[in-house]
Amino acid sequence: MSDEAILAEPAAISLRGVSHSYGAVRALVDVDLDVRGHEVVAVVGDNGAGKSTLVGVLSGVLVPDAGEVVVDGRETQLTSPGLARGLGIATVFQDLALCEDLDVVENLFLGQEIRRGPMLDEVAMEREAQRLLAQLAVRVPSLRAPVAELSGGQRQAVAIARALLGEPRVLVLDEPTASLGVTQTAEVLTLVERVRDSGFGVVLVSHNLADVQAVADRVVVLRRGRLNGEFDADVASYEQIVAAITGVAPPGEAAR
Amino acid sequence: MSVLRTPAGTVRWAGRDLGSWPVLVALAMLWLVFQAANPNFLSADNLVNLALQVAPLGVLTLGVVLVLLVGQIDLSTGAVSGLAAAVVAVGLSQQRWPGWLAVLVAIAVGAVVGAVYGWAFTRLGLPSFVLTLAGLLVTLGVQMRVLGTTGSLNLPFESWLVRFSQQAFLPDWLGYLLAAALTLTYPAIRLVERRRRAAAELPLEPGRDLAVRTALLAVATLLPTWYLQTNRGIGASVALFLLLVLVVDLLLRRTRWGRSVRAVGSNVGSAHRAGFAVRHVYVSAFVACSSLAALGGVMQAGRLAAANQGSGGSDTNLTVIAAAVIGGTSLFGGRGSAWSAPLGMLVVGTISSGLTLLNLDSAPRYIVTGLVLALAVTLDALGRRRAPATGR
Ligand SMILES: Nc1ncnc2c1ncn2[C@@H]1O[C@H](COP(=O)(O)OP(=O)(O)O)[C@@H](O)[C@H]1O
Ligand SMILES: [Mg+2]
Repeated sequence: MSDEAILAEPAAISLRGVSHSYGAVRALVDVDLDVRGHEVVAVVGDNGAGKSTLVGVLSGVLVPDAGEVVVDGRETQLTSPGLARGLGIATVFQDLALCEDLDVVENLFLGQEIRRGPMLDEVAMEREAQRLLAQLAVRVPSLRAPVAELSGGQRQAVAIARALLGEPRVLVLDEPTASLGVTQTAEVLTLVERVRDSGFGVVLVSHNLADVQAVADRVVVLRRGRLNGEFDADVASYEQIVAAITGVAPPGEAAR
Repeated sequence: MSVLRTPAGTVRWAGRDLGSWPVLVALAMLWLVFQAANPNFLSADNLVNLALQVAPLGVLTLGVVLVLLVGQIDLSTGAVSGLAAAVVAVGLSQQRWPGWLAVLVAIAVGAVVGAVYGWAFTRLGLPSFVLTLAGLLVTLGVQMRVLGTTGSLNLPFESWLVRFSQQAFLPDWLGYLLAAALTLTYPAIRLVERRRRAAAELPLEPGRDLAVRTALLAVATLLPTWYLQTNRGIGASVALFLLLVLVVDLLLRRTRWGRSVRAVGSNVGSAHRAGFAVRHVYVSAFVACSSLAALGGVMQAGRLAAANQGSGGSDTNLTVIAAAVIGGTSLFGGRGSAWSAPLGMLVVGTISSGLTLLNLDSAPRYIVTGLVLALAVTLDALGRRRAPATGR
């Protein structure tokens, strides 16, 4: 799809003037954000810029103090994680939100178990898990191994696979490569591209600009809770983005 | 691709999750030692008694397992069982209630205590350790009030509760029938599942494994049934306890509620973000625990045909927690099974019964139980530290 076609498409999810405070700390101030299908929006910013708070709002974990969330043109209150999921917003949290004692299949279907009458249908879940992981080219030692026995990259992959399970429209990833090595980072970024190419909107939160330049279509900068610039990833230079993150204007230019 | 094709479960055998094996080994060793010290220990008569002693406390332990699984603790199950014993005794001997009513009221009292715990824990955020300690004291006080000035009540010997708990045993044919039914149901279920797995092109466990496990199950059910039935047989209260274990096991492993219990105990934040109603899960665990404690207290009152100020007192509160941990349920939440209750309580009961046969007082009983508990907690802590993520 061409860039024009994507921008003409109505946003799958929009934030309008969202603010959130933790006591005296203003973590988000009047933030707008649009996410469409077929695009990767990178949200970048220094530590403490408010990125995870933004993820909290999108995922229904945090209800913002002010502002609105618009899904498919309708204003909505995302008051619980289950509700956000139901509206097609799937989140991979910074800590992955896995249960270490539960096995891979149990984690993949956590909260959305397949049932057969009143009983869980383990066979159907295992079959579906195998299909999904194969499709994403994810390898794990055993589908019935507790997640505690997996490597960091494998856990990340399980968390992403879980987010994709209910066929969401928007995938939100909070620092997906922060704890990974070089190879695993490349694998996760490939996964992100594959997800985008199959039509999802992706919000990629990161403070790693190399990752961002590798996969993002659009870059949104947060600084001290406020929007501080928005860039086309193909055009913007590394220096421009760093300047927006740190608030120091590069020589001869100013962030938009 | 690809997902490594390993039959479900095999990795765990090779890995560190040893399941119930440590407690089974401990049990076998204890039995050999006590048998060597006193040839009466493994007599059918003594084992029938042991089973009758273990059943009521095992029901308490089953409740404790649920609370431990959600990562909390209940220090007051003994006190709640004592209160239930008092309620049932007053109902039967003073109020002349019909038996079913007295039992229902006693269990309802337990459920109310659990509901209060659940409410205070989820709404006020009180730590369960302190909360149930406070509950223990309050419950003890109420138990004394219910018993009145004498402080002790005898149950009418002709009441069905006493007969059920003391003299009712499964007829021999029924014991064999149930053992055979269990032995046949297991492979039947596994074969149906196997066919569905084959249809779904999932890895299958080797048929030989299933045959071996079925054979082991046959021995584990038919042999004790036969041996106990050379004496009085399987007590009705023992059968009730085992039925409860089977039901709780099924709920934990095969229902969404069971999954939510393990998820909450493993990582409550993750469970919440996965969409589970975390508060309900906690409340259900506390209510189930206190209700089971009350039922255990009723069974204990029936077995002793009496309730007094000492019912469910002294070390009961702690013994059942020890039993749950010895049986293999983690103190850290998220790991454990319903079978920890019978296995752990059997270990604790064995130590008590074995030392009593040797005419020893309570001192060595406390010490040995404490050492076994320390061993179990060590295994638990090691299991928790297992497999730090590699390949980061
Ligand atoms: N639960 C919380 N309670 C209080 N302050 C918080 C909490 N979470 C985040 N903050 C603060 O809000 C600001 C934004 O945090 P966060 O959204 O986590 O930033 P980022 O993910 O960009 O590093 C920081 O100043 C942080 O200290
Ligand atoms: Mg963050």
